[in-house]
Amino acid sequence: MQKSLKISFIAHTVILIISSITLPFLMGRVQAPLVMSVDLVQIGERTNIPYAPKVSDGAKTDKKIKDRVVTEQAPPKIVPKEKPDAVPLPENIKQIKELLEKRQNPVKVEDLTKQTSEFEKKEIFDPNKISALIDKSKKDNAEANNKPSLEATQSQQKNVVTSKLTITQEDAIKAQIFKCWNIPIGLPYNENLTVRIKIKLNPDGSLVSSEILDLARMNTAGQTYYKILAESALRAVKLCNPLKVPSTGYEKWKEMQLNFDAKEMLKG
Amino acid sequence: MKYKIFIIFVLFFILTTKSFALVSVDITRGNLDPLPTAISDFYLDSKLDDKIKNLKLESKIPELIQNNLSRSGLFFALEKKSFIQRPEPAHNKPRFEDWAFIKTQVLVTGKISLEKEGRLRVEFKLWDVVSATELSALAFYTTPDNWRRVSHMISDKIYERLTGEKGYFDSRIIYVSETGPKVDKKKRLAVMDQDGYGVKYLTLGNELVLTPRFSPTSQHVTYMSYFKNLPRVYLLNIETGIQDLVGDFPGMTFAPRFSPDGKKIIMSFAQEGNSDIYTMDIKTRVVEKLTDHPSIDTSPSYSPDGSYITFNSDRSGFQQIYTMKSDGTNVKRISFGEGLYGTPVWSPRGDLIAFTKLYRNKFYIGVMRSDGSGERLLTENYYQEAPSWAPNGRVLVFYRETPSDSSGRGGGAKLWSIDLTGYNERLIQTPTDASDPSWSGLLSGK
Repeated sequence: MQKSLKISFIAHTVILIISSITLPFLMGRVQAPLVMSVDLVQIGERTNIPYAPKVSDGAKTDKKIKDRVVTEQAPPKIVPKEKPDAVPLPENIKQIKELLEKRQNPVKVEDLTKQTSEFEKKEIFDPNKISALIDKSKKDNAEANNKPSLEATQSQQKNVVTSKLTITQEDAIKAQIFKCWNIPIGLPYNENLTVRIKIKLNPDGSLVSSEILDLARMNTAGQTYYKILAESALRAVKLCNPLKVPSTGYEKWKEMQLNFDAKEMLKG
Repeated sequence: MKYKIFIIFVLFFILTTKSFALVSVDITRGNLDPLPTAISDFYLDSKLDDKIKNLKLESKIPELIQNNLSRSGLFFALEKKSFIQRPEPAHNKPRFEDWAFIKTQVLVTGKISLEKEGRLRVEFKLWDVVSATELSALAFYTTPDNWRRVSHMISDKIYERLTGEKGYFDSRIIYVSETGPKVDKKKRLAVMDQDGYGVKYLTLGNELVLTPRFSPTSQHVTYMSYFKNLPRVYLLNIETGIQDLVGDFPGMTFAPRFSPDGKKIIMSFAQEGNSDIYTMDIKTRVVEKLTDHPSIDTSPSYSPDGSYITFNSDRSGFQQIYTMKSDGTNVKRISFGEGLYGTPVWSPRGDLIAFTKLYRNKFYIGVMRSDGSGERLLTENYYQEAPSWAPNGRVLVFYRETPSDSSGRGGGAKLWSIDLTGYNERLIQTPTDASDPSWSGLLSGK
């Protein structure tokens, strides 16, 4: 009996310690789904579809209705700081809404909205913009479905999701490097010549360092093709410096691995 | 049991923290734009005498290199005027910022100095401006009058170092030079550098000559000429000028080509309206018959490893392309498109077969994989045929005829080159009209 108590005690402490280490870390990453929810709002703004945000964000409107009930209760009393929530009682409903929205979404998310949009404005050519929008609209749907489940599922799943770039972000980076990378046209397409380069970036997208992950192969005799490909890939990374990057989520992209593979292009 | 659960819990938390891996982005597309390249003037060693200085090689060699690289369509040579750094310091230690400033990605510099017995030493360096490193450096020794050849060899080295593929600049093209009126054309064999310089005539023009083909291994050429009013296959050594009839066939022989080892000639032999494919060993003169079919089999060409042969045949009712093993077995039709297919030529890389296609009164030069898949037509015109591969299998040379006007004037054949993209099509200047080109292997060997 005592033994099992001890085990239980130890197990609980261990779990508590581990979660105290990992949970703040996880908390930091829970932002991504929120980032996405902000994207939803943004599309509404961009495409000017009336009521788009409301339609796509059912959960939110529910909450708003709840909150309205609170505010409705408050006005008759005309006592501003009565509620434990300490919701100020502004005179016009717009302000209330704004405040409520602020409260529901962490401040950081607002930054994300702005910065994501800036990032997209910087995108180089229109076709991409279109594809980016398409991607987003897809994401809209996906998120609308995912959102509740994300909240319900384990934090692990969230963690995996957040350690990736969004498709739009990834595409934007690809599009830039595509322009900078001059493919050595004579390389064989039937050999495995993937060059992996690890890059470190500053928050402004400028390059801190770039290293070839299979450096040994580059200097091995008989790996001329690999060497030529690696050199061209390194040139691409340097020509693309500074990269136009999303200015949030720095933790996600401050280090990236770029896998250069020209096979499809060389096949023609 | 409890321990297990405990361990699973611990692992779970450790794994969740580890799952934050490095973001990985696959770059599977790039551009195929010409690579911006700066080719600096070379610098002359001050010890050179005036005679050599007057040759102006310090600018002629870079110009030739530039011409070669630009014509390949893979390089974009920047204007010399924009260069900031002078040739000498650039060759010793380039200021990469200066070169990056004019948006070049690579830089070629060089030095010309004099060696013993009046020989020149031409040295070049290839720099990666973006990564600020030297990519290669080589020196060639030669007589001053051989500067063109050296320039071509340097071009090949640069091309190979940057594209990963052998160059093709140090090579020659043999063709049939055509002069005189259309009804009475004088046809002579001529050979020139791949860029059109240094044309030499190999025959006098007394007999008609057709379809010259370079040996891939020596300075021999095989071609078709008339003997007693019958077309026959000949062999010619272009160094000595000695020519020789190939085999003693009773009928006509035509469409000759060398085997990849240069030891055999493969050709068509026609008798009583039926032509089949034969090989003949040049040394032993042993003849072997490879096809035996009542149809017209012609235009044979070996695969680069010598194990397969492609040819065209009308055994299906229309002229189409076939492949077979080099012993004549395993005959397989590979072209199935509409129209007629002819003059198949196997690429030196082995992956593609180039051909001429006639479809709805237009002539096309195209390529397909050796199994017949992936047919791509590179160029379309009124009349064009006889593609021949550059030694690296990226560029084709062929000839194109323009129609003459209603009074019979104008119209004539010219040599053109096109690369596998189909976009980089260029006229090769020849002093006379020209047809039936054949590209040599690299003169400096492999």
